[in-house]
Order: sequence, then C-alpha cells, then structure tokens
Amino acid sequence: MLRRFSVHLLLALFGGVIIYCAYQEYLSLYVMSVLMFMGVNVILSTSLNLVNGYMGEFSCGHAGFMCVGAYVSSLLGVWLFAKDKVFGEAVFDPEYALYAFPLLILAGGVAAALAGLLVAIPSYKTRGDYLAIITIAANYIIISTIENIGVIGGSRGFMGMKSLLNEMEEVVELPWMPIWVFVFTVFCVWLMRRYVSSTFGKGVTAICQDEVAAEIMSVNTNKIKTITFMLSSGMAGIGGGLFAYILGYVNPGSFNILKSTEVLVMVYLGGMGSLSGSVLSAILFTILLELLRPLQILKWIVIPLMLIILMQFRPEGIMGNRELGDLFPRLKKFYRFK
Amino acid sequence: MLESIIQNVINALQWGSFYALIALGYTLVYGVLTLINFAHGDVFMVGAYIAFFVATFFLTALGLPGWVALALCIPLTMILTSMVGVTLERIAYRPLRNKGAHRLYVVITALMCGLILEHANLAILGASRKAFPPLIDVVVYDVGGVTFTNLKIAVIVTAFLVFFFLHWVVTKTRVGMAMRAISYDKFAVPLMGIPLDQIIVVTFVLGSGFAGLAGLMFAMSYPVLEPYMGALIGWKAFIAAVVGGIGDIRGAFLGGFLLGAVEIMVVAFFPSTFRDLIAFTVLLAILTWKPTGLFGIAKTTKI
Amino acid sequence: MMAKTQAQTENTPVLEIRGLTQRFGGLTAVNDFNVKLMPGELSGLIGPNGAGKTTVFNLASGFYQPSEGQILIDGVPTAGLKPHKVTALGVARTFQNIRLWNDMTVLDNIRVAQHYRLGYGFFHAIARSKRYQQREAEIEKEAAELLDVFDLKRFADDFPKNLPYGTQRKLEIARALSSHPKLLLLDEPAAGLNSSDIHELIRLVRWIHDKFDVTIWMIEHHMDVMMELCTQIKVIDFGQTIAEGNPETVRNHPAVITAYLGDDVI
Repeated sequence: MLRRFSVHLLLALFGGVIIYCAYQEYLSLYVMSVLMFMGVNVILSTSLNLVNGYMGEFSCGHAGFMCVGAYVSSLLGVWLFAKDKVFGEAVFDPEYALYAFPLLILAGGVAAALAGLLVAIPSYKTRGDYLAIITIAANYIIISTIENIGVIGGSRGFMGMKSLLNEMEEVVELPWMPIWVFVFTVFCVWLMRRYVSSTFGKGVTAICQDEVAAEIMSVNTNKIKTITFMLSSGMAGIGGGLFAYILGYVNPGSFNILKSTEVLVMVYLGGMGSLSGSVLSAILFTILLELLRPLQILKWIVIPLMLIILMQFRPEGIMGNRELGDLFPRLKKFYRFK
Repeated sequence: MLESIIQNVINALQWGSFYALIALGYTLVYGVLTLINFAHGDVFMVGAYIAFFVATFFLTALGLPGWVALALCIPLTMILTSMVGVTLERIAYRPLRNKGAHRLYVVITALMCGLILEHANLAILGASRKAFPPLIDVVVYDVGGVTFTNLKIAVIVTAFLVFFFLHWVVTKTRVGMAMRAISYDKFAVPLMGIPLDQIIVVTFVLGSGFAGLAGLMFAMSYPVLEPYMGALIGWKAFIAAVVGGIGDIRGAFLGGFLLGAVEIMVVAFFPSTFRDLIAFTVLLAILTWKPTGLFGIAKTTKI
Repeated sequence: MMAKTQAQTENTPVLEIRGLTQRFGGLTAVNDFNVKLMPGELSGLIGPNGAGKTTVFNLASGFYQPSEGQILIDGVPTAGLKPHKVTALGVARTFQNIRLWNDMTVLDNIRVAQHYRLGYGFFHAIARSKRYQQREAEIEKEAAELLDVFDLKRFADDFPKNLPYGTQRKLEIARALSSHPKLLLLDEPAAGLNSSDIHELIRLVRWIHDKFDVTIWMIEHHMDVMMELCTQIKVIDFGQTIAEGNPETVRNHPAVITAYLGDDVI
C-alpha cells in the first residue's frame, strides 16, 4: 500500500521541502527563481513533447502559445485584482487574488488552447515541413499582434503582476509563487501522463507511426490532433502565465523564435516521446542555462553546439522514447499509472 | 494614381528580389535534400558581412575606386559565401546524411547552425551595427512622377538574371539534371554512377553563392548591418518559397515576389508595425488553402 | 469468444457497389464497377497489376471519395464519410504493404484499433473514471483473448518489427478483425509468403470465415489461394470488370487469359 503511493509521497515531500525553504528563506531569491523557471520549463518541454515527440510533428512556435497564456493571465489578473494605469481600479477586492489565482492561470491556458487551433486545423491536411512553417508563422503572428496592441503596452510590455503576489502573501503568509509553480507543474505532467497512457491517447502514437493506418483502423485523426494540439498549447499557456507572474513583467519579445528554440532543445535533448525524458532535460537545461550565464553571448553558441553534437551521436536524446520505468524496471513496483 | 501603383510595383519588385534570391537558395537545397536549411538566412547575413569586409578592404586599404571595388566585391563575396555554405554542408549535414539519420535531425542541426552563425557574429564583432560603405553613386531617376534609383533597378535585374541562370542550370545542364534526379530518388542516383556528394556540393555552392550576392545587394541598398538581419528575412523567404511551392525554383522565385508585393501593399495601407503580422497571416492563409504551395504538386498517399 | 456480427436483414448485401468510377486527374482507375456481396460470402477480386483492385478497396474503406457511384455497407451509403466512420460501419482491411504500428506493442496494436468503440473520451481518460477503468479492462481482456485465439499471445509485449513476416501478416489480419467487422477486406495477404506460410494462410482464412461469421473479400495474385478459398471471383482490368463467376468459370474465361497472358499465346 505504501509502495503504491511512494511516488506521490516523495513528490509531496520534495515540494514541502522546497516550500519550507522558501518560507524560511534558506534559499536565496535567485535560487528560488531558478527552481521556479525549472518548473515552467518542465511544463513547456513536456507539452511540446506531446506534439513533437508523441505525435511526431515539428512544431517550432511553442513560445507563441506561452505568450497567449502569459498575457491573458496577466491582463485578467491585473484588471480584476490590481490597481494600475491601464485598467484603473481593481474590479474585485485584491484579497481574493489568492483564491482566483489558479483560475487566472487556467484562463491563460484555455486561451492558449484556443490559439492552438491556429495550428491544429491546418494539421488535418498538412504534415511535416509545411506544418512547421505554419507553427513558425503562428508564433510570429501572435507576437506581432500583441506588439500592435498599444493599449497594453505593445512591444514595451506590461507589468503589474507583482502586486497580486503581494496581495496573496498578505492574506496568508506563504511563498505563493513557488507553491503555484509546483502545483501546476505536477498537474500538467500528471495530466499528460494520463492522456498518453490511455488507449485513447495511444491514438496519438498511432498517428505518428502510420497516420493512414490509424485513420482506417478507426482512429478519428482530426479529433485526436485537435485535442493534442490544444492540450499542448494550453499547457504552454499555463507555463506562460506562471512565467509572467514569476517575472512580474511580460513583453512579446521574450516569446520569439529563440524561446521556441529553447523549448525545442529541451524536447530533443530529453528524447521524443518520453515524458520522463522531457522532465529530466528541462531540469538539466535550466541548470545548464544558469551555469552558462557568465558566458553571456557564448551561451548561445554552446547550447546549439551541444544539440548539434547530440544529433550526431545520440539523436534520440537522453531517454529515447523510453520512460524511467523502462530503464529501471524495479522502479515500476513503486508506481503504477493505471 | 497610376504613378503610385507603378511606384509600388517597383518597390515591391525590389523588395521582393531579396526574398526571391534567398528563397531560390532554400528551394535548391530542399529540392535536392528535402532539407529545410534553416541556416540559409544566416548565410545571407554572413554574405552581407563578408561583402562589408571585402568592400572596406578594397576601398580603404587598397584605395580602389568604388566601381572597381564593386566589380571585385561581387565575385569575391559569392565565392566566400558559398564556401561558408559548403563548409556547413561538409561538417554538419554530410555526416548525418552518411549515417542515414532521420531528416528531422538534420533540420535541427541546420537550425542550430543558424543560431551559431548569429551569435558567433555577435560575440566576435560585438553588438554595434556596421555601416556599409557606399561603392557607387546612387542616381535617382524620375520618370513621370515615379522615382527609382539605379540601385533598385540593378537589384531587380540581378534577381531575374540569377533566376534565368539557375533555370538554365537546372533544366539544360547535366548537373541540373542530376539535381532533379536526386530530388526524385536519392538512393537510385549513386547507383547510376552520379556522384551524389559532388552534386550536393554544387547545390550548396549555387544556393549560398546567390545568398551572398543577395547579402551584398541588400547591404548596398540598406547599409546598416546587424547580426540578426538574416533571421527574420530568412524565415520569411523560406515561407515565401513554400507558398510558391518548394522544390520548384519558379515557385520560390514567384513566392519571393509575392511576399514582397504583400509587404509593400500592407505598408501602403496600414501602419508599418502591421507589416510582419499581415504578411505572415496572408502566407498562413495561402498555405491553409493550398497546402503544397501555389506551384507545388500535391502528393497523394498511396496505400 | 468473438461475438457474432449483428443480425442483418436476410437480403441486405454486406457490401454493395453501384456504378463506381474513380478518376485521378486524366486517368480513370475504376470504371463502372459493380458488386454485391451477401453476408457470409468469401469472394475474390483478381486482375493484372494496375487493374484498379486496391483502388476499389480504398474506395470501399473510405480512403478515397468516389468520382461517381455509390458504396453501401449493409445498406448504409458511405458517401462523404471519413475512413474511421466507414470502419465504424463495419469494414476492416489489411494492406498490400503491412501497415502495423511498429513501435507499439502487439497488444497495443490491437487495442488502438478499437478506437471507435472505446466508449470513453478525453475527459474520462484524464479523470480515470469508473467508465474508463471498466472499458480499458474490457478492451484489454478482449485484445488478449483475440491474440490467444490467433496463437499470438506470446508476442503480446513484442514489437511488430521484431516479428517474422508471416506472423506480422497474421497480426494485421487479427487487428482488422478486432473491430468486429461485418466485412473484411484482405489486400494481397499472401504477398511475400513462402509456400508453407501460404498453406497456413489458406487454413487461417478458412478458419476465420467459419469462426467469425464475417464476409471476406480478397485481392490476391496467388491463384491457388483464390481457387481454394473463394466461391465467387471477379476479374477486373483497366478498372473494368471483365469476368465473374465461380473459380472454374473464371479460370477458363478467354478474357481473363488474355488479360494476364496477352493474346498472342497459343
């Protein structure tokens, strides 16, 4: 009995430790922010893996959906719960920000999921390189659109989210941002795991390996594609929303093709079609980015070089398409995702 | 009224020429290797910088007159830029091809090479922009209210000349025939005694060389260079090539001009910040309606 | 035990094709093709290469939309239906070149083919509701049973790409049957098999026909397989029917001989 829940317990323990450290301020603000970005990267990398790994597409515009989620949750949050230059007085009492926060992030996710239709619908008829272009175009379109909406700051960006965090901490004095990041990270990975391990979700893999056979063997490919794209971009939106609140500031420029490339690197580093691979690579990649920070520009030479070398010698990434449970079969005794 | 239309047409042709030249390079490589050479836009950027250094050298170090410098600059830029392209092919793409690696891995490698080119430039030359030295006197003509410069005409003429040259190469020469053969069946070609690697090198030479030429002309027309200049143009030129129908150089050529026309049209009616947005939306719409591009051949799946 | 297929009215053909014509650009691949398969038949479709046989199958399974003509599965027209909906009507097929999902386990290959009758959707899957758990258990049980019946149980966790060719063919047929079809389309099931595997295949098809109460329509080039198994054979060439009847009739039909061997044969 204890064995079956050991993963859940471990996770709760881990989360508890981090949050406690944050509360007691044992860890510096810097370390906390790195950990939080790690969580966001986990969400981004696993959600992109759903489309690029499990479904075998080549989506290069993931940051665009992040952007949608970031802006929607930020704008909603500031409009409803904060006083600021653009929206004026808060609509609701800022005290309630604490309870509404998950809804704000989810709203960003839903908006991003709808934006995912931009890519999902063309995917019915096109695949591969053509779809890749559509994703790139979608990314640019989203950023461009926001840059042209001057009222929310356009390319200069938008801020004000910090006040929501302050309000939340005033109601209950806990380090709320790390808590939310942790909760949503676990939620997203859990959601995706449940999706891909069901027979329904295996339709995604079937489409990847032979779409014609999938269609003829009764898989409703259009429906599965829609669900998968929307889930993927929705999660990116959740990641984006968290990203925005961690920084306290958003601008469209941070969600350009370079950001999309970062997520691509994480996915291919971890292994297409491996959820645990994406989690691992997100963690590693975040650490790597921090370690390379003193190198500044050279960072963006080292990272692509790493990926090139990876493509040459281990293109399947760290985990290939296997999960941790495949590498260490004895781990399987400790959990069963049924 | 008519003047402004003609004015816009000329501007569209000139602006589209750059896209067309770059799109041609994408299409050549895609046609032969089915590879989206994501580094191509950055090869264009490298070409512009090479042109900058060569031109500066000839002008200042050797003190040559402008037009002589230009005459020397053109072939030198093209040769040096094609060497960059071929180097990329040799060290990054060929090893993967020889391993029989999945196409996706080569595409990712290309994307990464592009990033390395951009940031190596940034690291080595710094973030400050470079000003391209004037090589020739720009003469402005005014015909019935329509203004254009000799440079603009030169750009358009160059684009068309390059297209005709490439068209001739692809359709009338043996090398071109080999390139087309490879695009149909890469595996049968070496079995027929055609040196696959050499033909691929030729493809990259042509593609990168003309990207370098485009870089030179772009630098002459818009003399401010910065490391990210190739990125956005590259993406757009690639999308233009696909909209035209990638794999067919006529498609790429037309796609480039189509994009140029769309952008000029947008700027004429909307604030310039909308340019990229509308351009991308139009391209997206065309791709949704005609997924294989305007000139592309729809491939039916056989089961 | 595989349930018998739904009761059909005695006189409704399982498959009826009327005036089917298919044009690809300037090429007419199928021209005014007609067929009626009654429940329980084991019929064959033969013809030289390029005659249009697989095109007919593609049309019947909904992969192409016909230029002209009608296709009815158990009386229901398939016009405008996407392939997965046609499969839900009761058609299943195998392919000329095996199209198994090579990086999914054999068991998963069978399970995913149940997609139209999963009985739960996205939200149930995420929530792991009672319905999900019950249906997943049922599907897994049925799949395991099917593999058992086909003597493939020991391969349940293997990947199709690691199985011998003959076994892969058998698996593809098993997968097609897993969706409880009324009509099974077999596209050159003997292709690439050696003579002992072919005997095995003949035995298998006959056994499927008896045990599963399914109408079978086969394309084949191996004449011995056709002659052994089929009660009715239709011959097409250049998209048109040139002969039909029982195996004896077809074997000696002059048009058939001409089509296969040319007309300057003594």
